[in-house]
Amino acid sequence: MKAEENTAQNDETTATTGAPSAQEAVPAVSLIEDQERAELERTWRDEPGLWGWLRSVDHKSIGKRYIVTAFVFFLLGGLLAVLMRLQLSRPENTLLGPDLYNQIFTMHGTTMMFLFAIPVMEAMGIYLVPLMVGTRNIAFPRLAAFSYWIYLFGGITLYVFFFLNIGPDTGWFSYVPLAGPEFSPGKRVDIWSQLINFTEIAALAASVELIATVFKLRAPGMSVNRIPLFVWALLVMSFMVIFAMPAVMTSSLFLTLDRLVGTHFFNPAEGGDPLLWQHLFWFFGHPEVYIIFIPALGFVSSIIQTFTRRPNFGYTALVLSMIATGFIGFGLWVHHMFATGLPQLGESFFTAATMMIAIPSGVQIFCWIATLWSGRPQFKTPLLFVLGFFFIFVLGGLSGVMQASVPVNLQVHDTFFVVAHFHYVLIGGAVFPLFGAFYYWFPKMTGRMMSERLGRWNFALLFVGFNLTFFPMHQLGLQGMPRRVYTYLPGTGWGKLNMIATAGGVVMTVGVALLIANALWSRRRGRAAGDNPWGADTLEWATSSPPPSYNFEYIPIVQGREALWARTTDDAPIVTGLRTNCRDVLVTKTLDAEPDNTMTLPSPSIWPMGVAFSAAVAFIGSCFTPWAVVWGAIPLFVSLVGWGWPKPKDETCDLTPVDEWSDEERRKEARRAQ
Amino acid sequence: MIATACGVVGALCLIAACKREERGLRVDPPSSSRVNSKTLSELRPGNVQPVSAPNEFEENAFAMNEGKRLYEWYNCVGCHAHGGGGMGPPLMDAKWIYGGAPEQIFATIVEGRPNGMPSFRGKIPDYQVWQLAAYVRSMSGQVSKDAAPGRDDDMNTKKPEQSTEEQKPLPTGGVPKSAERPQ
Amino acid sequence: MSVRMRRLGRGALRSCVLAFYALATTSCTGSQSILNPAGPNAGNVSRLWWLMFYTCAAVFLLVIGFLIAALARTRRGRNKTPHVPDTDPDARRERRMRGVVAGAVVVTVIILFVFLVASFTTSRSLYALADPNNLRIKVNGQQWWWQVEYENDVASQTFRTANEIHIPVGQTVTLRLTSSDVIHSFWVPNLGGKRDLIPGHETTLWLKADKAGTYRGQCAEYCGLQHAHMAFVVVAEPVEQFNAWMEAQRRPAVQPVSAEQQRGQQVFLSSPCVMCHTIRGTDANASVAPDLTHLASRQTIAAGMLPNTRGHLGGWISNSQELKPGNRMPPNPLAPEDLQALLSYLESLK
Repeated sequence: MKAEENTAQNDETTATTGAPSAQEAVPAVSLIEDQERAELERTWRDEPGLWGWLRSVDHKSIGKRYIVTAFVFFLLGGLLAVLMRLQLSRPENTLLGPDLYNQIFTMHGTTMMFLFAIPVMEAMGIYLVPLMVGTRNIAFPRLAAFSYWIYLFGGITLYVFFFLNIGPDTGWFSYVPLAGPEFSPGKRVDIWSQLINFTEIAALAASVELIATVFKLRAPGMSVNRIPLFVWALLVMSFMVIFAMPAVMTSSLFLTLDRLVGTHFFNPAEGGDPLLWQHLFWFFGHPEVYIIFIPALGFVSSIIQTFTRRPNFGYTALVLSMIATGFIGFGLWVHHMFATGLPQLGESFFTAATMMIAIPSGVQIFCWIATLWSGRPQFKTPLLFVLGFFFIFVLGGLSGVMQASVPVNLQVHDTFFVVAHFHYVLIGGAVFPLFGAFYYWFPKMTGRMMSERLGRWNFALLFVGFNLTFFPMHQLGLQGMPRRVYTYLPGTGWGKLNMIATAGGVVMTVGVALLIANALWSRRRGRAAGDNPWGADTLEWATSSPPPSYNFEYIPIVQGREALWARTTDDAPIVTGLRTNCRDVLVTKTLDAEPDNTMTLPSPSIWPMGVAFSAAVAFIGSCFTPWAVVWGAIPLFVSLVGWGWPKPKDETCDLTPVDEWSDEERRKEARRAQ
Repeated sequence: MIATACGVVGALCLIAACKREERGLRVDPPSSSRVNSKTLSELRPGNVQPVSAPNEFEENAFAMNEGKRLYEWYNCVGCHAHGGGGMGPPLMDAKWIYGGAPEQIFATIVEGRPNGMPSFRGKIPDYQVWQLAAYVRSMSGQVSKDAAPGRDDDMNTKKPEQSTEEQKPLPTGGVPKSAERPQ
Repeated sequence: MSVRMRRLGRGALRSCVLAFYALATTSCTGSQSILNPAGPNAGNVSRLWWLMFYTCAAVFLLVIGFLIAALARTRRGRNKTPHVPDTDPDARRERRMRGVVAGAVVVTVIILFVFLVASFTTSRSLYALADPNNLRIKVNGQQWWWQVEYENDVASQTFRTANEIHIPVGQTVTLRLTSSDVIHSFWVPNLGGKRDLIPGHETTLWLKADKAGTYRGQCAEYCGLQHAHMAFVVVAEPVEQFNAWMEAQRRPAVQPVSAEQQRGQQVFLSSPCVMCHTIRGTDANASVAPDLTHLASRQTIAAGMLPNTRGHLGGWISNSQELKPGNRMPPNPLAPEDLQALLSYLESLK
């Protein structure tokens, strides 16, 4: 490969000049490789301390804190769910009143959808995609930092207001007119609708980075037909985010305007229409579930491939089915609105579209079963979670197909049947694979293995608890129990099944607690993982665990679809010649991944956080007065200027080359390296 | 550190904000006895300097919104329209015939006034009268803006209360001629 | 897989099968159940449901069966070089699997197509009930009760009631659904699917009961604080009985006879009740709360929440906020004798 040739000389020059003079006192940063490593480390690492942490633009540290934050929100949302289950465990329970219950179920949905599901998927992408495509950082690292901060501020805002009794109470879908100014006085809904802005901006920013990374920063040789399925999944998801999010941002903007300055987008008396909200919301809301589900397909593909010890059966079919899901996902939002009364033709169209999406899902399931059939499965915890995924997701998918049919939908819509259905698809389809992925990539992120024993227990408890919780809900729905009720009458006969569901909820809680315990314990005491504990095939396993700040010492060259399995000898071809004293990454061509160019990525900066903070201030302020948009723009402008302030041309490359280091520096670097 | 900062900010907000969104479903109305006790008196509060008695509902979005609903339900709108007045005097301006303090508005609703304002004694529970009083004052922008009601889902004939500029009550110019004579 | 895991897995599977069985056999009773249809609308839907249920159950078992077979199969050949990845799978086997997968996809498409056609036919059957000569009932959803108006071309023949809909058995009724505040959804599972009540829109639903009986319905679209207690009953009764009921409802309220009832009427007319409720034939004619003209003829109060008994009614009047927090009826601290008189009066409103 070209990249290799033109850099060979570079290596040699370093070799001749770079040997340190013999000084015993200086610990050996002596070999060329060590020197290079030290220099890379110094170029790419975050500065130490809190200040460095705040300024970090390293995709790994951003990805990790993104994952942890999302997980914290998952726990909060889960606690709310437990509260709801306790309230519903028997008829006419008085644990929670209607006002609090309504806030809690709204917070649960909002948290799980906006603060957990989308962010955690993007976080996994931010962490893993640059590693998987073999580059040193994500394409727009400051944007990644910004994405995290604005997401964090949004989440904190929502919860602070919730604890102040200003939690939204109109459901995660916030239907107008209930969420409109007349029926939701106060600031509850305003906070909700600003939260949408926070998280959507975060999601859009993350998607742009991921797309750019996948398109332009792939290692040489990773042509389109060699991209790992996980990366494909994240790519499809990112495109979906970019097309879906604007719809909900528009609608939440309309809602804010209606509430704050008295516009009439949703006021039927003045020519607005409440159905406009539903269309805009579900145009986002339905693709949203695929935005959550498609990355999970990536997890499943990765895990199955590794633990069956064979390439996924039907790579092309899997990729195409993911893309098809992404497309069709936009064509079926109206099935959330069948009960609003549509013309028959419209009903038929959306019925057909909804059923159609079962086809790519079927293709995926069949391909994976074929992979398992012909592979040699190793029943490690990640694979167990994937098997759980099959069981649960297939069931949820089938109950989804039933709801595509208008007549059935009209009966089960907005009942507990639907609650059961979408928890089967979302928890089964996304959370089980996610937990599997967590077990799978934990060694890479921390350098230590998670306990298999606890892992199995964790899986078993979650699986049993989940089915115990949600299976009875199918029947509750068929017996006529509507969703979003804070209690029910004893005469309805729903008490027994609800009690079972609550018991299941407790089991699930224990399961999740076990996951946390396992993660905390393993982080300290787990077995050391080594570079590639599972014998997996994708590039992230080619570097150390946890990866160094620069990801790869040399950019690998990919020789097959299963990059590491395709390596037959130890001295795999590599790219050299990227400057080590500045943040250079290799840019390749979109289709063939031929080396094209190099690009210098920006250095750490506090400004992404500054921009996020001033945007957060403007957002929160504009819940209270429209003038916040005006005065809030000033700090926003200032921090944006700070972000984009041009650097002297080579400031990012002005670090002292390694061979000119002083002894002091050598010592310091050596100590750090240890 | 972030957590501490959030804690501090949260605690501060807590003091300010908690009541603001409270939904008093099981209502303890602000004291109504002090107004009711005076009902047999000859004195009309219109000439008296209003005793400052803050109506807690003026800080509470839910209560004022309830007031707004009741304003329609109890047909205040029939005479006062949406604040512009009709058969009854306008409520969105700075002029208050019988005083614009919460207590005075309460008394006006409960006792009625000469020339057309009926007495709602016994017809409207006290806490709802306070809600109405808070809403009435929001029509002239005298309550906190972030708790005042927004637009409603009907034909809108005026700015929503939350965007109404404050009309400082004019010094009451005494009881109007028409009201001096007993009816 | 360890022995324990296997046992666990088998246990889980068994319980799921049992649960499926339970699902298939129970829940076919009840007055608020999808699977206990009492009319053609719900009947057609439940037939479609069972078609889908059995097909999907079969598909599920098949898929899981294949999955288990795949896992069991590979356990046999487990010992040969487990860690070396098989990067070049046997081409003939791959081709065979491609055929199987393609076949499975084709079967999926066929099943979906069957579902599609079945769904369309059922859909059409729902619309087939539309007929301009149907009895027309206008239902207006309000937070958190249902106003029911029986329409008639002769204005004096229309009348209003609340939270209870009577329909004649064997006749289709056309429900015109509107809302005067937020979105609600009208749903009587035993009779048919739901339809939203949307401010600014009018939606239509056709229902027909084949069997006499009382069916419970409930709001199915989240509508605020008391969404959980926004229920109603549909009483399907033979035509003569229905006509008699309608005649009775059209009449104004009976005049109080006993002294206590008369006093009750006075209490009603001089208390907050009169600000919101109507009793036809008296001065009470506000329209923001349920029409009480024939209150005593109804089975429930508080939108299907409480049985209509003297005790419940008394508690409801005294402090409904304790029973149904957030509802629009204020507490009414009446003197005991006034309350008793009021209850006697209300109980006389047959």
